[in-house]
Amino acid sequence: MAEHTDNKALHQYLTFRLGEEMFALDVSQVREILDVTTITKVPRSPAFMRGVINVRGSVVPVVDLRLKFDMDKIEQTLDTRIVVMEIALAGEVTVIGALADAVHNVMEMATGQIEAAPKIGARWNTDFIKGIGKHDDQFIIILDVDRIFSVDELAMVQAPDQTTPSAADQAAA
Amino acid sequence: MDHQQAAYKVEAYELLSELETSLLELEQTPDNKDLVDRVFRAMHTIKGSGAMFGFDEIAAFTHDVETVFDRVRDGHIPVTTHLVNLALSARDQIKAMLDGTADADRGTGIIEGFRALPAPAADTAPAAAAPATADPEDRAAAAGDEQIFRICFAPHADLFASGTNPLALLDELAELGSCRVVAHTDRLPEPAAFDPEQCYLRWDVLLSTDQGLDAVKDVFIFAEDGCDLSIDLLAQGPAADDALPRLGEILVARGDVTPAMVEKVVQEQKRLGQLLVDAQAVRPEQVCAALAEQQFLEQTRRKCDPPAAAASVRVAAEKLDALVNLVGELVTVQARLSQKAVTDRDPELLAITEVVERLTAELRDHVLSVRMLPIETAFTKLRRLVRDLSGELGKSIELHTEGGETELDKTVIEQLNDPLVHILRNSIDHGIETPEQRRAAGKPPQGTIRIQAEHSGANVLIRIADDGAGIDPERIRAKAVAKGLLASDAEKSDKELLQMVFLPGFSTAGTVTSVSGRGVGMDVVKRSLEALRGGIEINSEKDRGTTITLKLPLTLAIIDGLLVQIGAEKFVLPLASVEACVELTRQDVADAHGRNILNIRDRLVPYIPLRERFAVAGAPPAIEQVVINQVDDHQVGIVVDRVIGEHQIVIKTMNTLYKDVQEISGATILGDGTVALILDVQQLIHGLDQAA
Repeated sequence: MAEHTDNKALHQYLTFRLGEEMFALDVSQVREILDVTTITKVPRSPAFMRGVINVRGSVVPVVDLRLKFDMDKIEQTLDTRIVVMEIALAGEVTVIGALADAVHNVMEMATGQIEAAPKIGARWNTDFIKGIGKHDDQFIIILDVDRIFSVDELAMVQAPDQTTPSAADQAAA
Repeated sequence: MDHQQAAYKVEAYELLSELETSLLELEQTPDNKDLVDRVFRAMHTIKGSGAMFGFDEIAAFTHDVETVFDRVRDGHIPVTTHLVNLALSARDQIKAMLDGTADADRGTGIIEGFRALPAPAADTAPAAAAPATADPEDRAAAAGDEQIFRICFAPHADLFASGTNPLALLDELAELGSCRVVAHTDRLPEPAAFDPEQCYLRWDVLLSTDQGLDAVKDVFIFAEDGCDLSIDLLAQGPAADDALPRLGEILVARGDVTPAMVEKVVQEQKRLGQLLVDAQAVRPEQVCAALAEQQFLEQTRRKCDPPAAAASVRVAAEKLDALVNLVGELVTVQARLSQKAVTDRDPELLAITEVVERLTAELRDHVLSVRMLPIETAFTKLRRLVRDLSGELGKSIELHTEGGETELDKTVIEQLNDPLVHILRNSIDHGIETPEQRRAAGKPPQGTIRIQAEHSGANVLIRIADDGAGIDPERIRAKAVAKGLLASDAEKSDKELLQMVFLPGFSTAGTVTSVSGRGVGMDVVKRSLEALRGGIEINSEKDRGTTITLKLPLTLAIIDGLLVQIGAEKFVLPLASVEACVELTRQDVADAHGRNILNIRDRLVPYIPLRERFAVAGAPPAIEQVVINQVDDHQVGIVVDRVIGEHQIVIKTMNTLYKDVQEISGATILGDGTVALILDVQQLIHGLDQAA
């Protein structure tokens, strides 16, 4: 019985688009959605870390989820937005922004509508996925943002030299 | 009550640390009477407030100590190391009592130690008698200049016409000392007849001041012609008169009533004031004023100590934090305003923004300075530690501190304490040898530990150097291999081996003493410094000593920065380390033959091409700019496309995601709302060293 009611429990998700794929975030983690402003690049950091922006007086890093998910980098359009969210990073709440090609809406999905991500044949690293929902015959990938920026993933940041070879290295090569 | 007790504890802890400082200084300069007074006062306050807030044990204990110091003050007991030792242990005992961890036997032992203090035999009798007689004298002397004046200030109705503000005069009086003012409204007319340009009020003021009659007269110097003024000296010193003047006497003295009238009403045996009013001899206000005068005299007399000047105010740290944040936002907005004024080329707006800029800078400095504490506060505790530990271990160690005036944010200092204690313990326990060992090694028997603090760019460096045995890299290797932290055939330079002391669970001392080697190692120190976004470096030479350098960033501060540009990207260099800006032409680059060295006033200065270092796309302009920075003892140039100018910047910490980009120490928000990164010049140069 309990399981049955749980399945009907509604959760709110913010949906956004990267390329042709639809993604969703638990709305409780979303702080605000901003138009793209000037992003200040931070040297010697991986390419998917696009830089930092000013969110009402705080310096907030912006990540490019397209690059994180090995999609092609594209020029920003009128629809491009920055989704500012709170994530738990090494036990502390940190605010980061993520670039989305377009932000759609907030929708409700019942727990029963969400299925676990298939382990095989997935285009995505299933560690980052909480589950897959279905809405109007479209699959929606529900992201586990805490995992995307977990400590392990940050290992990439700790080796900046390999991801952004300096001009000097290139000249030498 | 709990609240008050908590407040007492806070105050007592502060007094105890002050006490400790004074005692340690006193040991160095035993003849310093001021220090003895300070010790006495601290004890006295702890005792007095302790009794008031229900800390009776503390009060009783401190009373005995205070008594001893009273005699030290009178010169009956000399200041000796033994006395300082006792006093320090008494201070620790009081602290333990506050913490609720006191050992009563220990307290008794300390008191007995105090009682056993040698008192010069010949002095005993007068010494015992002296406090009794000296006390009132002292009090009279201390408050000897305190006088009480009655000032009857009755302005003429046309006082306002002369531009005199009677309230300002009253405020001035209040500044002279403690004061009580009673206003008389008897001359006030009916509302209909009220003329706002007339002064209807008069005041009686009771002023207790040590400034003398002339100072009181000076207040009225410009108003004298516009009022009826009488200034009477009521009492010379609070304890001058034994009997308080009675209400009737006061009224008579003020001329409010005749002695005969008082006689008459007193005989009716009702309350005098009421009777006088009933008899229409005086108005109720007059009685009020007289009563107030009586109360005031009584209060003044009851005061044992002259009121301490309010030299400091206790403010919750959160309030200061909020203030700092607000100023930070103000600085950012001001930068926007300045930029707008420049783009609009509006001379009037420019003039205003200049004033705003100046005021903001001043406000910023003041607000930040409120939260800054000299690092000396942390050093004081260390002095005690060195003194106690070296005695315990039979070593002779002198502690030198330099740069104690270097200011750091309060929160940083608080968190710095534990790491410093730990490092110092290591130095004393493992570093400095015993006097015999030192003599055998051809060193002076007394070891030296130097702690230096200094600003270095946007950082504060704290160096702790001892002239002890140093760390033997081979012992580290042996230990690391034994602990399985290092393969036995691993090749490591001495410098790399030294770094291993920061690994968790590492301690090189052969024996575990009560002092160190309790499982908390340098790894904890390193971690706590990293939590402050600082760093630690260790250098050691066998038999020569060890130097540990702590680097602490000024995280929560606002600094002056030089804004520079490379391509489209803007960076900030902390202005503190900037020495000069020079041009770098293609010819200069060619002349250097790829060595990145510039000849500036006959000095060779290496430079870092930031465009290459940060892999900024695009070609540099024909003439680049080199910002020369002074770092430690040498100059290093940083090549940028363009120098934009000086800016006040609010340092924002970088997100933890970027914590490994060491060349960036933080970020700031510019006038146009974009983010600029703050360069860590030291780390940039560090990278240069590694590349070389």
